[in-house]
Amino acid sequence: MQLDNLYQEVILDHYKNPQHKGLAAHFDAQVHHINPSCGDEITLNLTLAGDVVTSVSWDGVGCSISQASVSILTDLVIGKSLEDVEKISQSFMELMQSKGSIAGDETLLEDAVALAGVSQYPARIKCALLGWMAFKDASVQAQAKGK
Amino acid sequence: MRSMSLPKISTAEIITDFPIFTRKIRDGKRLVYLDSGATSQKPQCVIDAESNFYRTHNAAVHRGAHQLAEEATDAYEGARAIVARFLRAEIDEIVFTKSATESLNLVAYAIGNADSANRFHIKAGDEIVVTEMEHHANLIPWQQLASRTGATLTWFEVTAEGRLDLSQLDRVITERTKIVALTHQSNVLGTINPLTQITQRAHEVGAVVVLDACQSVPHMPVDVRTLGVDFLAFSGHKAVGPTGIGILWGKSKLLNELPPFLTGGSMIENVTMTNATWAKAPKKFEAGVPNMAQAVGLGAALNYLDNIGMSSIFDHEQELTRYGLQVLSEIDDLKIVGPTSSADRGGTLSFTVGDIHPHDLGQFLDAQGIAVRTGHHCAWPLTRKLGVPATTRASFYLYNTTEDIDALVTGIRAAQKYF
Repeated sequence: MQLDNLYQEVILDHYKNPQHKGLAAHFDAQVHHINPSCGDEITLNLTLAGDVVTSVSWDGVGCSISQASVSILTDLVIGKSLEDVEKISQSFMELMQSKGSIAGDETLLEDAVALAGVSQYPARIKCALLGWMAFKDASVQAQAKGK
Repeated sequence: MRSMSLPKISTAEIITDFPIFTRKIRDGKRLVYLDSGATSQKPQCVIDAESNFYRTHNAAVHRGAHQLAEEATDAYEGARAIVARFLRAEIDEIVFTKSATESLNLVAYAIGNADSANRFHIKAGDEIVVTEMEHHANLIPWQQLASRTGATLTWFEVTAEGRLDLSQLDRVITERTKIVALTHQSNVLGTINPLTQITQRAHEVGAVVVLDACQSVPHMPVDVRTLGVDFLAFSGHKAVGPTGIGILWGKSKLLNELPPFLTGGSMIENVTMTNATWAKAPKKFEAGVPNMAQAVGLGAALNYLDNIGMSSIFDHEQELTRYGLQVLSEIDDLKIVGPTSSADRGGTLSFTVGDIHPHDLGQFLDAQGIAVRTGHHCAWPLTRKLGVPATTRASFYLYNTTEDIDALVTGIRAAQKYF
């Protein structure tokens, strides 16, 4: 079934066992993002050491795609430099806008390539991007604070 | 599954009027369209009426000294007469807008334009009453009017059963109330609101009542002479008509006293370099060249519904609602958000299914060819109040059958296994 392209096991696993869910008490930046078309919400806390991501934690409500995507993101970015995260983020954006024409760079995106199927469902792309947009916003705020 | 008594209208015949039902969805599946609350499908006669206007009569209405302009004006004004007959209204009480949203904004902005000598004038200390179950289109225009004028927004609360709490009627509608704006039928809960008590109290204190009838006019007989409200808005596209056309009905006397909203061509009586006076209603509210083909399409749509009969359509949807409530309530973990009996409710069924997020359920159903709506349905304060971040909504219309509902039930049960 075509639906299985969208709901790959990796996604359902992250949905059922979300990583780094539960907000850390200390953070450099906290953001709250909403998807106004469906009501999905996320709060994301970020801590940096220099330009390295040391902690990302989050809480939120939403569909399996939005929840799995942020869970995957946390696994991907913790311990990496913002420069590396930017490369990952750009690659993920490209994948989301690909309409199914690319499979995604697995060495860079790891579990996030499982979200490739989302790009064939235009209405769901914003679900997958909710956590990524929140992270981007938080990193800008955390950097501004550090300066 | 069980079958209930046969609907009085022939859905088998009706379906053949709607060309979209001949197409297949998601790799060859039958289209099960349960999203008429968002927009209805269109019968061929409406598609023809709209395209025939362009094909044979197209010209700007109320202008031009030529035959096409005459024909276009006749078609456009003919559509107005059809709408008036459909609502049991006077022809001059029908204003064409681009949408129900525009109709509601028209009333809100026009009231905001009323100077201190006008009966509609609103100021700090006045109150505007809405309800917690309003669609954003009948909430935000009033929030904005309140913030522009200093008036206070107050509201009727919604009970856990999804009904309006009228126990504090006299405390919600007060001597300071100028406007009461509410929905006839909730687009989320399906609740049909009782109007008599509210309109009586509103008129007792000198307030006007504005009714959002988007979910009622397409689905039940509506007679504006007996509703007791002062203004009513609905959209063409939810009533098997085209997009881009909405209706504002208002009592003649009130429309004539209400200042204009949009100004420009067509809506004037006399213009100098420094001043202008207004045409009589409804033209006063129709600035610019209107959506003519869409108005004509709406006329065809309402004639189509009238031929089938609004009472028959309502009965059919009641039958579907009773059946839907029954079979959905038999699904484990499914919770209906809204009244669980068919009394005073229409064919809009919102629900949650355990921990399955509505977006995921909607996507799963879509893969079976079943179209539903998911999310907060443009009534975010309501879903917040009810403590559900989002719901799945199935909404019925004249072309739906109990088979469609059976397909929905099968789909939900399969989704429960999948997620």
